[in-house]
Amino acid sequence: METYRPRMNWGKFATRFLQYFILSVIVVLVLVPIVILIFGALKTRGELLSHPYALPIPPRWENIVAILSKASYSFWPMLRNSLVVMVAVTFGVVILCSLAAFVFARMDFRGKGLAFNLFTLGLMFPINVAILPVYFVLRQMHLIDSLWGVILVQTAFQISGNIMILRGFFTAIPSELQDAAYIDGCTAFDFFWRILLPLARPALSAVAALTMIMSWNDLLVPLIVLNKDKYWTLPLGTMQFQGQYGTDLSLVSAFVALSALPTIIFYLFAERQIVSGLTAGAVKG
Amino acid sequence: MQSLPAIPDIFKLKRGSGSPQRFQDRLTIFLFLLPAIILFLLFVIYPIFQSIYYSLFNWKGFGPATDFVGLSNFKNILSDKVFMIAIRNGLFIIAFSLCLQLPLSMLLAVLVGRNMPGRVFFRSIFFLPYVLSEVISALMWLFILNPDPERGFINALLILIPGVKAQAWLGNTSLVMPAIFAALTWKYFGYHMLLFMTGLQNIPAEIEEAARMDGANVFQNFFFITLPLLGGTIRTSVYLSVLGSIQQFILVWIMTKGGPVNASETMATYMYRFGFVRFQLGYGSAVAIYMFLFCLMFSLIYQRLTRQPDYLTGL
Repeated sequence: METYRPRMNWGKFATRFLQYFILSVIVVLVLVPIVILIFGALKTRGELLSHPYALPIPPRWENIVAILSKASYSFWPMLRNSLVVMVAVTFGVVILCSLAAFVFARMDFRGKGLAFNLFTLGLMFPINVAILPVYFVLRQMHLIDSLWGVILVQTAFQISGNIMILRGFFTAIPSELQDAAYIDGCTAFDFFWRILLPLARPALSAVAALTMIMSWNDLLVPLIVLNKDKYWTLPLGTMQFQGQYGTDLSLVSAFVALSALPTIIFYLFAERQIVSGLTAGAVKG
Repeated sequence: MQSLPAIPDIFKLKRGSGSPQRFQDRLTIFLFLLPAIILFLLFVIYPIFQSIYYSLFNWKGFGPATDFVGLSNFKNILSDKVFMIAIRNGLFIIAFSLCLQLPLSMLLAVLVGRNMPGRVFFRSIFFLPYVLSEVISALMWLFILNPDPERGFINALLILIPGVKAQAWLGNTSLVMPAIFAALTWKYFGYHMLLFMTGLQNIPAEIEEAARMDGANVFQNFFFITLPLLGGTIRTSVYLSVLGSIQQFILVWIMTKGGPVNASETMATYMYRFGFVRFQLGYGSAVAIYMFLFCLMFSLIYQRLTRQPDYLTGL
């Protein structure tokens, strides 16, 4: 028995070591593209050409400063457009989806199954597949070159998934609460507004966090809707910037790094919400 | 004097048909669903029918569509070699996702386990690429895949190995798909790992403990306990992976624009090229319909096969 114990510990230690070793290798692989990008962003053009992989010591902030200050790079207007779209889409999705999810989770009516299946249909038609048909409709409605076009389409394609997520959360709230509220004379709206929504705050913030990420990162919808550069969002602007200044790798790296920064900061703060939203969407359905 | 009815009856009475509460409920249902339904019908469902209509025409997008060509767009697509390459590439991405990416994600989820110190750190790092936008991811990979070892990090590492030359990853018709797949895996494995981690969390630790007591080793434990119990997660993961592969667009478009010589074309880049670059909107619509059908067929067959009404559940 006494010889058995240490041996097991040794085996445990070896497994742990192997575990950490493999995971660390993957961490390095994941970080390589990001680190290379940051290195490039913090070097001058000449430094990047002469010492492409050296540490950026001392860091050169020229490119970063140029992008933040030069009006012709229009970093700030793009940031503003992205923010406008993101805020509008997030509000739209949270409001529309919680209203609809409430009805599907908590109320009965004829044709409920049909209506619900209509929305599940949306899960099978991702925006990448539907983009050309959507373009026709936007053109008919004169929504080309308008942030409204982007907002409406992004919202519409977020509806299905988020109704499913919220319905799952809403169904989990005990129905006794609803009975009690009705007996006390609440209308359905009172129950929804005063009892259900406050209870579902974690779910709402998960949906909001997911929607923000999706909207902020989306390139496809802005790409087909926004031709004029004054409307460009950050992802679209980043792509165009690479096309225009592609030869100056350090400048492009700086732009890409700067446009990644808001996402990374947001991720650090909202990781829990994002993760819970994604797993709820996939597991609960 | 009336006798007081029991409480449940009050409840029923108040919500009976014709009562003001019942009317209020109906109004609530109607008003709550209306905005979502309008937006959904207008921008998700209606476009599908529009593209069905336009797919029957040879239409450049100006004025009304008049040049009716019947189903010939659909026929021409199937006889286009480039579309076949796009399908082949789609199958390539699906096959490699299922055979490499998912097992890798699962392995990592198992390695991170339930309560290992540093678990949250690893999860955060692995999940980071999924949160970054496709544009940023594509550009980062474009940089490190640069054919010049002085600019592309991967080639810089490669030429350190004696006898190995730098490769034009995105300029070589046989290397371009593996290179794109590497970028895709980098971006998406963290998401699948997250799903598997959640799945593992839902397996009671006692079951594995009991098996270990009975003398099962690590591998038996994994293949006979963990894997079967992860069934639901695996199905979800496969489903999302295949649907994601069918519609792959931004990463490919930014890295290669479908080139060189169409070698990395996907169905989505093919549709984009005809719809938005060549403005053959009728033809592009027909491509969109094919993609719809592939997604729909896959979803239906998959549901039938797995008998798992998880992701697409109705009421």
